[in-house]
Amino acid sequence: MTDLTTTDRPDQTAPHEAADPDRPVHPLSAGHEHRPDEPRFDGRRGRWVGASVPRREDPRLLTGRGRFVDDIALPGMLHAGFVRATVAHAHVTDVDLSATREVPGVVAAFDGADLALGDIVAILDRPPEEFTPTAMPVLAKGKVRFVGEPIALVVASDPYAVEDGIEAARVSYDVLDAVVSSASALAPGAAVVHEEAPDNVLLDVSMFDTPGVDEAFAEAAGDDAERSSTRRGCVVEVTTRSGRQNALPLETRGAVASWDARDDQLLVQTCTQVPHQVRTVLARSLGIPERTVRVTVPDMGGGFGQKCVVGREEIAVAAAARRLDRPVKWIEDRREALTAGFLAREQEYRTRAAFDADGHITALDVDVVCDMGAYSCYPFTAGIEPLMASAEMPSVYRVPAYRVRGRAITSTKAPTAPYRGVSRPQYVMAIERVMEKAARALGMDPVEVRRRNVITAFPYTGINGVTYDPGTYRESLDLAEATIREEGWFEARERGDRHLGIGFCCFSERTGYGSEAFAKRKMTVVPGFDISEIRMDTTGSVVVTSGTMNHGQSHETTFAQIVADRLGLDPEQVKLRQGDTERISYGWGTFASRSVTIGGSAVALASERLGELLCRIAAHLLETRPENVALDGDGGVVQLDDPSRTRSGAEPDPSPKRLSFADIADVAHLRAHLLPKDVDPTLTATASFDVPGDGTFSNATHAAVVEADPGTGQVRILRYVCVEDCGVVIHPQVVDGQCRGGIAQGIAGALFEEVTYDDQGEPSAASFIDYLVPTATEIPDVSIAHLETPCAFTANGAKGAGEGGTIGAPAAVLNAVNDALRHTGVELDTTPIHPGTVLDALEGTS
Amino acid sequence: MNDPHLLSLTVNGAEHEVVVEPRRTLADVLRHDLRLTGTHVGCEHGVCGACTVLVDGAPTRACLVFAVQAEGADVRTVESLARDGELSDLQRAFGDHHALQCGFCTPGFLMLAEGVLAEQPDASREDIREALSANLCRCTGYQTIVDAVHATACSRRETERSGARPVDWESCS
Ligand code: FES
Ligand code: FES
Repeated sequence: MTDLTTTDRPDQTAPHEAADPDRPVHPLSAGHEHRPDEPRFDGRRGRWVGASVPRREDPRLLTGRGRFVDDIALPGMLHAGFVRATVAHAHVTDVDLSATREVPGVVAAFDGADLALGDIVAILDRPPEEFTPTAMPVLAKGKVRFVGEPIALVVASDPYAVEDGIEAARVSYDVLDAVVSSASALAPGAAVVHEEAPDNVLLDVSMFDTPGVDEAFAEAAGDDAERSSTRRGCVVEVTTRSGRQNALPLETRGAVASWDARDDQLLVQTCTQVPHQVRTVLARSLGIPERTVRVTVPDMGGGFGQKCVVGREEIAVAAAARRLDRPVKWIEDRREALTAGFLAREQEYRTRAAFDADGHITALDVDVVCDMGAYSCYPFTAGIEPLMASAEMPSVYRVPAYRVRGRAITSTKAPTAPYRGVSRPQYVMAIERVMEKAARALGMDPVEVRRRNVITAFPYTGINGVTYDPGTYRESLDLAEATIREEGWFEARERGDRHLGIGFCCFSERTGYGSEAFAKRKMTVVPGFDISEIRMDTTGSVVVTSGTMNHGQSHETTFAQIVADRLGLDPEQVKLRQGDTERISYGWGTFASRSVTIGGSAVALASERLGELLCRIAAHLLETRPENVALDGDGGVVQLDDPSRTRSGAEPDPSPKRLSFADIADVAHLRAHLLPKDVDPTLTATASFDVPGDGTFSNATHAAVVEADPGTGQVRILRYVCVEDCGVVIHPQVVDGQCRGGIAQGIAGALFEEVTYDDQGEPSAASFIDYLVPTATEIPDVSIAHLETPCAFTANGAKGAGEGGTIGAPAAVLNAVNDALRHTGVELDTTPIHPGTVLDALEGTS
Repeated sequence: MNDPHLLSLTVNGAEHEVVVEPRRTLADVLRHDLRLTGTHVGCEHGVCGACTVLVDGAPTRACLVFAVQAEGADVRTVESLARDGELSDLQRAFGDHHALQCGFCTPGFLMLAEGVLAEQPDASREDIREALSANLCRCTGYQTIVDAVHATACSRRETERSGARPVDWESCS
């Protein structure tokens, strides 16, 4: 039994001891070209991967020497802010900035017509009946579609003057009806948000409709007279809803833009998860060559998806900097972040499922409606959430017949971006509610129902056409349940003296979508690959690049571990560079748990290539055959038949046949005439990586024990257990951190946070007073156990670990609350769960 | 009323004079006038605690204080914690426990924790959790922050018991 009180990794800080103390050949140095169908991960472990080494990021962040966007100050820098819409839906009849321009300190004010920027447009390659493209202007053009939409930009000498300037702006509106819910958006005669989509539907896709769906429902409902009534299955129906949420990085969005005449380049320093996409869109919007834009990313205070789409504000600020030829800074304030930043999560699932009498699911029929808000985000489009849900809805279960309709609707609320988990918290909640309801209908144990349906044989190709690589679905479920059982929680619940409830959630998560998987969604901009370049300098230390973008996930540490193992270096000798479009030719940034799976693989492959190059040069210098040398795991290359290494007990050879990396690097840079004829000077290698096919799935089971307070209806989480499998763990502490942080955000969505609006579309949670972010007293300690199913086709055997926590928590908590309320007959299917609702249930008034 | 004031205050042991508008916050003075950008701003309305500094020893939200209110005060920021390039015990504990991911909330938590540990040297883990609920972190789920501060509390108590010189935080300048 895994001990859940620890992470089951006794060695938390020291690097792994080498299996063979002599280490004649570094185990990962053998280099050969991989065929595409060949497994990448060969099961060999290094010295650093798997160890919780001290984080490279920590010293600067702990001493206040990190550099975040708002820490940047440039000579002559101006400050910017936005005049934003004060109504949810209106034609803008006039924008008057004349008084603004008179405010002391104000340098300039621009509206959409002044800047004349190209729109941000994200498109799916789908027919018009499935997808309607819409444009997001950088500054509103003639119409506003949510409270907070940027209309004009005010630039001033200091942020206080910016505020005064914004206050002096006058905007006239011809107000239209607000569209504040998916129901009202779809109602006949609803106000139209985008003329291109008169029905307010941006995406409407029906998928699968496999044979046997209706038959299975008929049979489960007992319509089949052949079946005896004692062997009847059941049909369960549930409508689950999740409230609109804010991903809420603690650092708000922001940008500092400046024009560099010498570089002939606009430098945009901004906290984005996708610097290259910002560059691409920015260049197109301004109508300038992409080489004249450089996007760099300083330290970033979280993102969670909110910063993985291209925002309009950074483009406006860049345009102003170019126009004024002065550096311009914009830092989003918290009110803007809560009301006008990219939001997420507001979805409704109407799910029907048929089960046979033994608790096997026989059919699934789902209608998903996602309220995407006012605009489609770049590059993912408004289709991302319903398409994700439709493709992956069967989750970890063997579903034999499946039908789904997914819709993205537009409303007059701030637009959405793919927040950590992207529809998975919602569809997992839907299907996990289905499991619970079926268990009740059939009089079975809910964990047992899951057990009977969960995928156990891999690879498994589901009804959705997706192939799932091996995982520990059943094992994680068993371990989570056994832990809760052994701790006595079931008995405590049975005593009945408290309102205790136990909830489970079993799920998997496709991590590191490759180009092939994204192309299946029919995106016209297809993320997927990642690249890495590695360079060794004359001292033998290395700089490695990645197109991924750290914002708390510890890439500087974990990628250094990967490189260190591949080359036989200390991680301290490895420096990661990310977030600079001049250093990395193209990349897709960090989202969808792709960094270690894809970026980490590219980094590993580039390192291997550099290792091969080092070996080749060393063989030449040692005057031996290339096969006769290998990396020695300690910063050098050895000659394999070197007599000084094999003579036992004898005096060491006075001149061992070994060259350090510094020796080789010295030749490669400073004495290039000594290089082999067919080797170019300097030491660089590049590699790219893309996940083949359907990608790799991490999995987990979460278990929550909650207590509902009969006096207040408050839900307290007494115990939280997470059993997860993300393949090979590069850095155990970091993976635990991702789990815990994700779970906290999932709990936030389950119990606390919701972005709400009044009938006019005015957001009613514009500060932390109304948007309830949980603190240390609301988030419980979480015990984590790791199972490990190495991924066969990533270079390190790792699967993604960034999102899982967020995915499992809402369903686990919701199921636990329903369990606590089981005696009341009330079932809740909406998050966040409000204390008042729980209280009503307990008091029998609901 | 918007006339600039000449403000003098001590920050991390050094005396400063700054000309400020009355509406300028202490956070802005620290970050932008004195360029001590370790103190972060996450909400500007007193809830997130990212801007927490010690003013005369007490944890204070620098975004809620006008700089002029800090006239003559002794202000400590995150930049004062490490000595001669050595991390403090609390900073080391944050690293050891992986109590920071993006690090944006970290300076605020460090300064809050210094205040809490000074006020409640005998705090239990639950006391510490309660006290730390004053600040927000979006990355960690808080558990490791509580662990780090609790570990520091325990080791400081141990140091005191064993008679070794306790960390004399106030005298460090
Ligand atoms: S910035 Fe001061 S409390 Fe949030
Ligand atoms: S570490 Fe990112 S907010 Fe706390």
